[in-house]
Amino acid sequence: MVSASETLPSHAMPPLPAGQRLRAWLYRNEAVRGYLLLSPTLLVMVGLMVLPLLGMLAMSFFTQKYVTIDYSFTLDNYWTIFEPSSTPAYFLGIPFYLHKPIYLLLLFKSILISLASTAAVVLLAYPMAYFLAFRVTKHKMAWLILITVPFWTSYLLRVFAWKIILGYNGVINSGLVSLGIIDKPLEFLLYNPFAVIITLAHAWAAVAILPIYVSLEKIDRSLLEAATDLGDSRLERFLRITLPLSLPGTIAASLLVFIPTVGDYITPTLVGGTSGIMIGNVVQSLFSKGNNAPLAAAVSVVSMMTITIMVCIFLWSVGRSRMTRREI
Amino acid sequence: MMKRNAHTDPMIGYAIFYLVFLYGPVLLLPLFSFNDSIFVAFPLKGFTFQWYVAMATNDALIQALTNSLKVGISASVISTILGILAAKAMTRYRLPGRGPVSGLILLPLVIPSIILGIALLVLALNVFKIEPSLYTIVAGHVLICVPFAMLVMMSRLEGFDRNLEEASADLGENGWQTFWRVTFPLAMPGIVASLLLCFTTSFDEFLLAFFLAGNEATLPLFIFSQLRLPNQLPSVLALGSCILGVSFLVVFLSERTRRVGLQRKPTATAEAAS
Repeated sequence: MVSASETLPSHAMPPLPAGQRLRAWLYRNEAVRGYLLLSPTLLVMVGLMVLPLLGMLAMSFFTQKYVTIDYSFTLDNYWTIFEPSSTPAYFLGIPFYLHKPIYLLLLFKSILISLASTAAVVLLAYPMAYFLAFRVTKHKMAWLILITVPFWTSYLLRVFAWKIILGYNGVINSGLVSLGIIDKPLEFLLYNPFAVIITLAHAWAAVAILPIYVSLEKIDRSLLEAATDLGDSRLERFLRITLPLSLPGTIAASLLVFIPTVGDYITPTLVGGTSGIMIGNVVQSLFSKGNNAPLAAAVSVVSMMTITIMVCIFLWSVGRSRMTRREI
Repeated sequence: MMKRNAHTDPMIGYAIFYLVFLYGPVLLLPLFSFNDSIFVAFPLKGFTFQWYVAMATNDALIQALTNSLKVGISASVISTILGILAAKAMTRYRLPGRGPVSGLILLPLVIPSIILGIALLVLALNVFKIEPSLYTIVAGHVLICVPFAMLVMMSRLEGFDRNLEEASADLGENGWQTFWRVTFPLAMPGIVASLLLCFTTSFDEFLLAFFLAGNEATLPLFIFSQLRLPNQLPSVLALGSCILGVSFLVVFLSERTRRVGLQRKPTATAEAAS
């Protein structure tokens, strides 16, 4: 395959003045031309993402002194987050020896809530994606649009919808009372981690469908026919062919839901109550009400590191298990 | 729509359950927006348009809507231009370090936006001494829209025959002419889709706007402030229903446009699964 640049008429006829030689070289060199084209986007990404993130990392080593920031390097913020103490704090019966356990405990809780939501999203989405890939033969596009439309409507309002469903005077309570099933509205529906999980599971539903659907759609149907011919039952065929081959999409779906939901702010604020607070709320309140940007930055850095390490371990273990399976 | 024996398939039952789960909560908004009661509760009272009237006469809401439109249009135009440049570079040139570079551009997709918001605010306030305004919101929205724009444009640019571009070059057009006369018209549906996608993303984005807003609120910020006031809830429902309707329209149009002229790939038959 001849690339576009090689078929272009060459202007590099030596000897030419240096300026023209440079232009000719730029004209012919694919990498240079590619990066020239990329440079505006890259500059914006560096300016709006890389620099701010580095700035946040730097900020996490400073200290807040009332209204001003002390720019001398210190690890105090990280000590505040990690400092061990002799009195353990308990979470789900597990002791944590932390001086101020609140940040790490909340990070841990956010990760648990997020993992539970991710599991709910993926378990609910998988059968739907399977249905789309294997059962729907006509109007696949219409089905896909139907599923993704709620995702493009206001996130805030999708979360708010759960507040009016689960609230004290909400849809479930008022419905049950008016049907005479209960006399008094149930108070335990809203403002707890469970409300956060179900709301996240709903709000992120459509994100998981597409990657799973794509990986299911890509499966070579003749493999399934071969398995049937060789005497596999429907279940065996699913477990031995469909499920392993759809794993990449399922992993992508899990990550696409897990990573952003750990830092979610709206859902815990609207439906979480005090017991449903997540790390995003802590970072926000440290930053605004607490007026402690350096500590907020340190908590953000620790959260991002934790998420990154978790994701890496997850991807590495998936990669390993796939390798070992291939060897067998 | 289904296979002929669809009524015997338990999967169709699940699909219906899933759609109810997906749409049920969302459709409560329009249902209660016409309910003649300040409380969002069953049983429904009379039918009314008063919440829509209250919504349309709310100046703060109109101002927030205008701000959101300004931010959304600016962010989607800037992101789409950056997305086109990046996608063209990614799909048309052999770039050393293509993987890390595309990873960098796609990174905002997997960083919690609360972290991006705080990082941007820290930099803007402490280093550049920029006061938060609609401009800072646009900057934040460009950051999270560029990955979407690049992905949409890459799939579009990969979707048409690049021999057309080579033919144009062979016929003596320079790179810029080829872009305007061949690439651009062919990429047009992708550009429209990217604009719409970025606009809806920006229009709905709350967290970055929450951190980067000065005195002027965007629509999600306005809605968020109203959610604390119980007597404002029915108007928020009316507003939500309108957003729902418009979003539906936009998604429908963008899907239609994105598909125009794209070669239809033969979809794998579902026979094997039956």
